Amino acid sequence: MLNWKVILSIARTHLISKIKQTATASLGVTFGIGSYITLVSFMTGLNNMLDNLVLNQTPHVHIFNEIEASKEQPVGLYTEFQNSWNVIHSVKPKQSQKRIHNALAIINHLSKNPKVKGTLPQIKSQIFYIAGSIELGGNLTGIDVMKEVEYFNFRDYITKGTAEDLKNTANGILLGSGLAEKMSLNIGDRVQISTIKGEVYPLKIVGIYQSGVADLDNIQSYANLKTVQRILGEPNNYITDINLKLYNLEDALALSKEIEQQFQLKAIDINTANAQFETGTNIRNLITYAVAITLLIVAGFGIYNILNMLIYEKMNDIAILKAIGFSGKDVEMIFLSQAMIIGIVGGILGLILGFTLTSIIDKIPFNTQALPTIETYPINFNIQYYFIGFGFALLSTFFAGYLPSRRAKKIDPVQIITGQ
Amino acid sequence: MKTVLEAKNINKYFKKPIPYHVLTNINFKVEQGEFVSIMGKSGCGKSTLMYILSTMDTDYDGQLFLNEELITQKNQDELSYIRNKQIGFVFQFHYLLSEFSVLENVMLPAKKLGEKTKLQIKNDALEKLEILGISQLANKKAGMISGGEKQRVAIARALINNPSIIMGDEPTGNLDSYNAENVFNIFKDLSTNKSLSLLVVTHDKDFASKTDRIIHMEDGKIIE
Repeated sequence: MLNWKVILSIARTHLISKIKQTATASLGVTFGIGSYITLVSFMTGLNNMLDNLVLNQTPHVHIFNEIEASKEQPVGLYTEFQNSWNVIHSVKPKQSQKRIHNALAIINHLSKNPKVKGTLPQIKSQIFYIAGSIELGGNLTGIDVMKEVEYFNFRDYITKGTAEDLKNTANGILLGSGLAEKMSLNIGDRVQISTIKGEVYPLKIVGIYQSGVADLDNIQSYANLKTVQRILGEPNNYITDINLKLYNLEDALALSKEIEQQFQLKAIDINTANAQFETGTNIRNLITYAVAITLLIVAGFGIYNILNMLIYEKMNDIAILKAIGFSGKDVEMIFLSQAMIIGIVGGILGLILGFTLTSIIDKIPFNTQALPTIETYPINFNIQYYFIGFGFALLSTFFAGYLPSRRAKKIDPVQIITGQ
Repeated sequence: MKTVLEAKNINKYFKKPIPYHVLTNINFKVEQGEFVSIMGKSGCGKSTLMYILSTMDTDYDGQLFLNEELITQKNQDELSYIRNKQIGFVFQFHYLLSEFSVLENVMLPAKKLGEKTKLQIKNDALEKLEILGISQLANKKAGMISGGEKQRVAIARALINNPSIIMGDEPTGNLDSYNAENVFNIFKDLSTNKSLSLLVVTHDKDFASKTDRIIHMEDGKIIE
């Protein structure tokens, strides 16, 4: 039977009487855990920011009508040629339209799917921006702006003006920041745009859009769905793309396959579209953890060293304790609990240190052209890292304390007493 | 009279650095209330015997009985319990936990035993310190008191669980004659008035001559 009260009171007395060494060992853990928390919060904060930069603008499932050659050519339908080797030269895509057929019904259907959080229609069109005698090629996308704001943080990318301005202005346009700069235009100005068919429309600039991706900002603008439909001379059921936001990202692949089958449309899920981001995130996480674990191992060696020294100094105490009836297990637990106390105290201080440091970093201004929505360094305050950090602290101090404690357990009191 | 400690045919060999027969056929008994001293030259094996009797050294042949119960072959945890409850130790060096107070040192074996409440243990410890005339030291750090006082604290600690026997390895070896005399008187008093058994290894002829019985050892054997 272990008498924990006695064991812990002895452990406590040992730790307090060697307060400097205890403090040094605890500080080792504190710095290890503190830097782990700081590192992991900062790195994942950056990761999330970079991922969001792309993923926030990327729908979970993107549905559109792909222009492609028909897989089944008319010759295949002839039974007379079915056992022959048919060669067709110069295959052209089937005559079809960019619009999604019966789009409004599909939108209606998809918004009833319980996995789908939001269904957003879009119209993509190629246009020219006319600046004096120069025509700049670009894209004008018709959006339901309030839905984009709701599901894809669209507001973050409007640097001047507001989403409401666009919604309330019939012939308004959100001009890409690169375009605005090139054409020296600002809010309130008018921009002429020309469709591929050659018709010219004046639109009022109600806001400036900046995604942070320069190539995109040089060509992309947004307008209301209706505006784009009118410019293109299409009816109000003309929709070229449907974007879905799901409750659960994992459903994206299955749902996209289902939609492809059901509607004979192309549906791309987010993971297929952005596989490289996952890889980047994983590698950055790996580096973070490698550094953090190294820090903790170094702290662990510190504890190992200090406990070893402590046990060397306490040889006499160990012999006495064994002589007066403490078992090897008791002695082992006395030293192991010292390691664990160091781990717990150091770990908690480390969490506090990490929280303090990350809170400070969170307040440091961080302004960059590429990221219009970011004002301070991004920190990911996630309680999960605090649990992991504390778990690491306990684990590393346990292993650091285990070997010295085993040694204390095995010390032969007779050798110590007679050897004096 | 009740036999407290009995050794039957104890033999011990050292294997390192060279094989060596330290103890040969040791047989003796200690009765209740008896004050026995073991004498012999350095290297005759008396300390080795002492640590076998104390259950701390288990590497021997033969049988050892405590209160007529065979304790040879018991496992380490059982032996720890026996040491805690039945045996009190006093060593040549003072062997107190120097960071703990005198009172805590005395209380420690009883806390380990865990049969009494903390308050009872504290009262017992103060009572033992009173018997040994050092109750005024109770709250001092064990590292801060004199050698003679430390030895008395060690005796108080040995007494705290009311053991069957007290063993001493040169308990007066490191003390001046005044303190040695003092310690002897305490032992004598415990033996006569509390009928406690005592077994003390010593070099000191004066000390030994005043005990009830002297066991002489030479070259690992008991000689009469």
